Amino acid sequence: MPKMNLTHFEASLLFALCASIVMGLVTKKTDRERLLYGLYLFGCFLASLIGLGWLMKLGHG
Amino acid sequence: MAKAEAIKEAPVPISVWLPPVAVGWLVPGGGHFLLKRQGRAALILVSVTLMYLFGLFMRGTLFTPERGDVLTILITYGGFIGNLASGVLYFLTSWLGYNQPDIAGHVHDYGTKFLVSAGLLNLLGIVDAYEIAVGKKD
Repeated sequence: MPKMNLTHFEASLLFALCASIVMGLVTKKTDRERLLYGLYLFGCFLASLIGLGWLMKLGHG
Repeated sequence: MAKAEAIKEAPVPISVWLPPVAVGWLVPGGGHFLLKRQGRAALILVSVTLMYLFGLFMRGTLFTPERGDVLTILITYGGFIGNLASGVLYFLTSWLGYNQPDIAGHVHDYGTKFLVSAGLLNLLGIVDAYEIAVGKKD
């Protein structure tokens, strides 16, 4: 079985991608709404990831 | 108004929603496939399976229920339920003898979270299939 060695950022990005696809699919009613909501969720994941990353960097000094 | 509130919706027979829920649990997206939502079924199947496989490739740990203090019970039972929700992916992994010990390292830790999250995403898919089957959703 192959072994993956990912950075925090890569692993979080993969998580965000899979989670936004499924969460976008199951929450909205039309395909257009699903696509937009999936993109919105992915953007939120990404913004949180970068924001929290900077917060931790600044917090650690 | 009060009369309208008093009118209860007729319960949907179990034979209508159980097959999509059961198939959706066993095979991610299977419930949607049964309900003729092939596009959504394929996307759920690919997303959940990929997440589960990434978890395995990162050598994540599968949870087994353990007794102990409250936190141990909460984490191990919760994780086990999350793993179990992946359906056939979890059963195959167990039957094929995957037994990764819990070791330190961020990649293993992410792997463990990916394995549980795959099950939780599948749970969302199961709930969606249920809602479609009972007519609450298109």
